[in-house]
Amino acid sequence: MAKAKFLLEVGVEEVPDWMLPPAIEHLRVQVDQLIAPLGGRVTLAEATARRLAIIAEKISEREEDRTEVVKGPPVAAPQQAVEGFARKQGLTLDQLSQKDGYWQASRLIEGRQATEILSEKLPQLILGIPWPKTMLWPGQGGTRFIRPIRWLIALLGKDVVPFEINGVKTSDFTMGHRRIGKRKPLKVSIASYEKTLSKNGVVLRAEERRKKIHDEVAALGGQIDEALLETHVYLNEFPHVIGGEFATEYLSLPEEVLVTVMRHHQKYFAVYGPDGMLAAQFVAVTNTPGDPDVIRAGNERVLRARFNDARFFFDVDQKKKLEDRVEDLKNVTFHKEIGSYFEKTQRMVALCDDESSRRAALLSKADLTTDMVKEFTELQGVVGGRYAEVQGESEEVAKAIYDHYKPVSMEDEIPSTATGQKVALADKIDTLTEMFRIGQIPSGSKDPFALRRAAQGVIRILVEGEASIPVPDDPKLKEFLLDRIRYYFKDVKGYAYDEVNAVLTSGVDDLKEVAAKLKAVQAVRKTENFEPLAASFKRIKNILKQANFTGTGEVNPALLEEGPERQLFEAKKSIRLTGDYSVDLVSIASLRPAVDAFFDKVMVNVEDAAVRENRLTLLSSLLRDFSGIADFSEIVTNQ
Amino acid sequence: MVYYQDVVLRLKQYWAKHGCIIQEPFDLEVGAGTMCPETFLRVLGPQPYNVAYVQPSRRPADGRYGENPNRLYKHQQLQVILKPLPENVLDLYMGSLEAIGIDLDKHDIKLEEDNWESPTLGAWGIGWQVTLDGLEITQFTYFQQCGGVDLELIPAEITYGLERLTAFIQGVESVYDIQWAPGFTYRDVRFNDELQMSVYNFESADVALLWDLFAKHEAECQRLLNEFKENPSPRFPLLAAYENTLKCSNVFNLLDARGAISVTERVGVIARVRRLAVGVAQAWMQQQYPGEVAA
Repeated sequence: MAKAKFLLEVGVEEVPDWMLPPAIEHLRVQVDQLIAPLGGRVTLAEATARRLAIIAEKISEREEDRTEVVKGPPVAAPQQAVEGFARKQGLTLDQLSQKDGYWQASRLIEGRQATEILSEKLPQLILGIPWPKTMLWPGQGGTRFIRPIRWLIALLGKDVVPFEINGVKTSDFTMGHRRIGKRKPLKVSIASYEKTLSKNGVVLRAEERRKKIHDEVAALGGQIDEALLETHVYLNEFPHVIGGEFATEYLSLPEEVLVTVMRHHQKYFAVYGPDGMLAAQFVAVTNTPGDPDVIRAGNERVLRARFNDARFFFDVDQKKKLEDRVEDLKNVTFHKEIGSYFEKTQRMVALCDDESSRRAALLSKADLTTDMVKEFTELQGVVGGRYAEVQGESEEVAKAIYDHYKPVSMEDEIPSTATGQKVALADKIDTLTEMFRIGQIPSGSKDPFALRRAAQGVIRILVEGEASIPVPDDPKLKEFLLDRIRYYFKDVKGYAYDEVNAVLTSGVDDLKEVAAKLKAVQAVRKTENFEPLAASFKRIKNILKQANFTGTGEVNPALLEEGPERQLFEAKKSIRLTGDYSVDLVSIASLRPAVDAFFDKVMVNVEDAAVRENRLTLLSSLLRDFSGIADFSEIVTNQ
Repeated sequence: MVYYQDVVLRLKQYWAKHGCIIQEPFDLEVGAGTMCPETFLRVLGPQPYNVAYVQPSRRPADGRYGENPNRLYKHQQLQVILKPLPENVLDLYMGSLEAIGIDLDKHDIKLEEDNWESPTLGAWGIGWQVTLDGLEITQFTYFQQCGGVDLELIPAEITYGLERLTAFIQGVESVYDIQWAPGFTYRDVRFNDELQMSVYNFESADVALLWDLFAKHEAECQRLLNEFKENPSPRFPLLAAYENTLKCSNVFNLLDARGAISVTERVGVIARVRRLAVGVAQAWMQQQYPGEVAA
């Protein structure tokens, strides 16, 4: 059977850049599944701002014929039942056959034409692309899509696969770039498709666009920002790169403000000098070669205006110090049931225990009233820190204000100074405490105040940082935090769940200790004695439980039987815990032969009550004295 | 030289040529061309409608006493509504830029995602901001909902910021340096307006009076909406109810600029204006398209 190539192009008005990669991947998978029964497979799936394109090959003209078999009544069934079955299948009795003691009806299903399948399925498949936000088009009774579809190509070999979506019919005409090449519909074949596009201002392959932008930006000294690079890959069909400059006087503004304006507002790459300092330059990506001087001048003018705005905000903001803005926070609501940011900072101050952190906590939210933060909300904290510097606060205080929203994600660093860590803890612990107090407890996917992130921040600072603030005694909050602690060690740090359970059971008051214990348990677990000993500990726990033993007394050496029992007692006595968890765990694990020998030779449940008590006391003292690092009975073993 | 007034005249001519009614600015204070009845009410219902008009748009909080080169208390929008959106709507739009003398082959024009939402109007749409060499010159929106009502025909709304556009064409850094007409700059024409109204909006407006006005316009709008329920006739003055909604919206903006609304109150006041806007939109549907709405 002849094999054909297939081309699908969905021409759309400009699609938001960030939606394109998942959309084209979805379409690729769907088309692949659709053509699999035809023997075809997708060989190209590319998206630009104005098109989703799929090329596939080896598509058969039609599906294979297949036989459909329906199982009927048993051979022994009454005639009436067999006739009924035949009638239901639309067959006569002599067309039925028998297999394995049952009647069956088999029917030949003719494979459908590829064209027929494609034209039937493609419209739903295209409209089924899951966009994060859609529009109704062209009105009620129409369909929902990300933006209006303006043309459709569906070619199977040389033939157009006929279908339409909202009146847009498939053809073999594409459109090039909006401003470059021939600005009219362009007739293509599957073979000429990519070349026609490239002659008309469209670089179809994302990888090619990415490389061009990457290399040209780097050549102009632009610092590659991966997220920004991806934005430009899908924003521009024909990317070009232009370098520009701004007046060095703007470099006196906080660097973060300049970079935010360039990166987030203008989508420019920032340029750094060999000394690592921000240079008075930028790199813009355009969708056309255009007239580079005109485009450069235009972009420079826009940036100048934006920087002027920022300077205006900076100057106005300096007229009132952070200190004097604290009072204004009474008018800034943190949460309507909790109160203002003024009250929040007061509570944060109370949680801090030294001069610098109290000062930083007091000033930490004052930047919310500045024009700069109103304009660049993403710079809260950063602006406060920079302003504190300018206004003569100590470096320690300024840095703490600057850092106190950190870490904002799992990848983000925690505040770099102990004071910053303390203020960050105070902020997050206060948020958690207050939100839990008013019943705003995250559940399922609902976490509108990002409390999980706040809790994660608290845990990371407590584990990785130097500062510590106690968490208030709210059972629900403790449970929530315990859950996040588990998540942190298990999913972020990659410890096995039983190791995490074993260590957490031994105490969670000091997370740094928890981290150190886990590290030791993970290291020692691989040694030969550890897991068998853990299994023995579990056995001990069971024995004590069955005996309802709760005694906490001392072992009476006089009652010990010579041999394994005394040897275990001596072995236990010889172990000196050092406080170095790995060393101690190895020592504890070295008890294994003695414990094994004990269980091998010694009967615990003897008739002599005094001896029995003494043996149970020996066992329970093992558990009591050696479960401080981890509760070994939580370790899952194969024994 | 392409003067400011040339930009306005050429855009009007261009859109008239492409089938738009050329309207005059609405004669009440509004924050954006969208709020004019020519947009807010016309996009409702099944009637096609194409219209273009300049709308002076007041944003009291954006005032800068005439000192900031790019921010204005009152800027001028040229608003185009094409209902339903034509197939070649983006080509038409690009054509309008060429009509005012922009050679698009020399410049970098981009359509970047920018969805529009107005909580006070209960309206939203999806679309783009159009940038030219990195400068935002137009907001382009496919309306989806207005006054809380799902639209039957999706219109394209094209909103040009006339000052920015002209500053771009003339290559000037400050809107005040724009040549409005031969011998007259934007400063000559509008500076006092910016200065004095900034003083009024930020320093002088009588807060108690404004709250009083807000309450009165709100009550008047609500009274009309209530009476309409009793008497939903074609001659019932819903347009007057809408004008009172717009009054409330403007007074709200003034109070906001004056710093008289706390963050907590803000949400509540916005909700009060939206309630009026939604009430008017629903009543308007009922009055104008009685067959389509379940009362």
